[in-house]
Amino acid sequence: MPAVKEIQNPVVRLTELVATTTHVPVWLAALRRNALARFSQTGFPTTDDEDWRFTPVTALKALPFVIATPDFDRADAAIQHSPFASIEGPRLVFVDGQFSRELSQVTNLPDGVRVQPISEALRQDNSALQSHIERLPDRNASPFLPLNTALFSDGAHIEIPAGCELPAPVRVLFLTTSPHAGAFAALRNVIVAGANSRVTIIEQYVDASGAAYWNNVQTTLVAGEGAIVEHIRFQEEGRHAFHTGSLHLVLARDCRVKHHSFALGARLSRQDIRARLDGEGLDCVLNGLYLTDGDRLADHHMIVEHLRPHCTSHEYFNGLLDDRSRGVFHGRIHVHPGADKTDAKQTNKNILLSKDATVDTKPQLEIYADDVRCTHGATIGQIDAASVFYLRARGLGEEDARRMLLHAFAGEIVERIDYAPVREEIDSLIWERLERNPHIAATA
Amino acid sequence: MSLLEITDLHARVEDKVILRGIHLTIQPGEVHAIMGPNGSGKSTLGHILAGRDGYEITRGTVRFNGVDLLELAPEERVRSGLFLAFQYPVEIPGVNTAYFLRAAVNEIRKHRGQPELDAVQFLTFTREKMKMLGLPEDFLKRSVNEGFSGGEKKRAEIVQMAVIEPTLAVLDETDSGLDIDALRIVANGVNKLKRPDNAQLLITHYQRLLNYIVPDVVHVLHDGRIIKSGGKELALELEAKGYDWLIKPQLQTA
Ligand SMILES: Nc1ncnc2c1ncn2[C@@H]1O[C@H](COP(=O)(O)OP(=O)(O)O)[C@@H](O)[C@H]1O
Ligand SMILES: [Mg+2]
Repeated sequence: MPAVKEIQNPVVRLTELVATTTHVPVWLAALRRNALARFSQTGFPTTDDEDWRFTPVTALKALPFVIATPDFDRADAAIQHSPFASIEGPRLVFVDGQFSRELSQVTNLPDGVRVQPISEALRQDNSALQSHIERLPDRNASPFLPLNTALFSDGAHIEIPAGCELPAPVRVLFLTTSPHAGAFAALRNVIVAGANSRVTIIEQYVDASGAAYWNNVQTTLVAGEGAIVEHIRFQEEGRHAFHTGSLHLVLARDCRVKHHSFALGARLSRQDIRARLDGEGLDCVLNGLYLTDGDRLADHHMIVEHLRPHCTSHEYFNGLLDDRSRGVFHGRIHVHPGADKTDAKQTNKNILLSKDATVDTKPQLEIYADDVRCTHGATIGQIDAASVFYLRARGLGEEDARRMLLHAFAGEIVERIDYAPVREEIDSLIWERLERNPHIAATA
Repeated sequence: MSLLEITDLHARVEDKVILRGIHLTIQPGEVHAIMGPNGSGKSTLGHILAGRDGYEITRGTVRFNGVDLLELAPEERVRSGLFLAFQYPVEIPGVNTAYFLRAAVNEIRKHRGQPELDAVQFLTFTREKMKMLGLPEDFLKRSVNEGFSGGEKKRAEIVQMAVIEPTLAVLDETDSGLDIDALRIVANGVNKLKRPDNAQLLITHYQRLLNYIVPDVVHVLHDGRIIKSGGKELALELEAKGYDWLIKPQLQTA
């Protein structure tokens, strides 16, 4: 019976979902039709695809896809207990893909600053926003990006005007409350930091459902000339959840952009990072930490493109893997012709806490420019035995010694966060996790 | 009772035999020196005493205060009073020195039934030792041994020894990499820590250190055995004549 087969096809089931955005401008409707057609054509990636070789999405495809009804009371309670709850500042809250004005806090913003749901921004005529949504690169993009374009329901639109310095961080929270398996949300964020502006943004994913939901995210971050931006992506989805996200960084001359990716949750998480260093003298740091256990998988896939001279990019990713969990890291630095004096550095370090945990790491350099300084390296190993011995020889128990070293390993990443309250909170959160881990003492 | 009693200790790493029958007894209040050319097994002996993995003890015993030392985990050894100052202290990025050392000292104090030190007490106590050894103020704020010069690392080991207050301190080549001023400072620090109820085992291959810390007994280690023991004059004799006059007859009998 071909009709039944058709219904079982996950691509078809997804494309039958209707985005819940109430107002869709004409240009977006057209964009969505194309994107949907594209996704229908490419479908889900398979492990035959080089970029998805170690990240099977079979379990994701088997979900029944539904658009969930948000439970705002449940979300409210979860927010109180979420990390960074005590940090003051503007806040946008989305529950199962829908904006909640009641749970958000967007008053008292300086002139010209916009912190609003993208659904609201789309009601206004905003050609800049339109171009940020339209102009996403096709090449090397995640297959889930067109799906996001086709179906995104909402997300954050943040605009910081030129020269403006926002003292408090903007916090964007995405909560999932639906207890039903297969709740699907497509979320789209557009962050634009004007020339010489300064802002810290926290993008945070919180589970209040315990179910096997799927968040598919696309964040575009545009930094103007001389802007200073710190973007902290804190992914702590539930252990049955799926998270696929793309981050596109569009960077102008002399900006300083730091992106931190904390992949602490989800059964499967995949983060695609595409950075275009399209202005001279800019400085981009991509800094990430993944902690996995059980049979979870965390995948970071990034491409950093140096298009202009005198730019610096540093990628630091550390992974701590327990049980049968898997880590995947793919990092490519592409130095285009003319991007002379590039200074690029990439490291991926992994510690396995169990003999069944695995990591597939692939750092790559492609250099077509002159006089560049590029280094890359990856390590996979156990906790350093000489260090454990040193600490024990000073009186610390084996478990304490190992925990201290793991905390330091995670700390290499955490300490790069400039905004102190977030840094301190993540630091103690990781410490608590290590205290709960029953495998610290066991020598793998 | 002897503080340390090593009897016929044989050890190897995989197929390589390193120690071939060590006998050594140390009484409280004594200072012993073990000298010997590079590769003779000095650091291996220190590591085995401190409980490092990877060595197979094929024969012999080690008693510390009458207890079978080889049965104890490394942390139990230092908690019961045996401290090793490493020849090559390990750099541990990301682990703050003050945090680590206070945790360590308090583990040891707990074991001894002493009250734990709070942050202020620890700082006061440690700063005094740092001053004695000429370590900069920021020592405690830095990561363990990270970015320290060779000399700073050695002095930091002695600061740790001073706050841990062991009954037997094994100092592995604490003198190497120190200029003469630093050597004096370190030796002075070690001498100040000497008490009638504790002992020190100095491992070195120069006699230079022994001008400042005067040993009661000097042992010569060669190829995994103590081939000669004597008074402090033995060190001077080694300085004047080198090791060959001791080693050559050994080779002939081997
Ligand atoms: N882990 C090891 N594996 C193999 N050989 C070792 C190991 N540790 C020490 N050795 C060897 O044992 C001998 C003694 O080393 P060591 O104790 O470091 O000497 P010393 O401190 O007197 O210079 C050397 O030949 C050294 O190469
Ligand atoms: Mg040695």
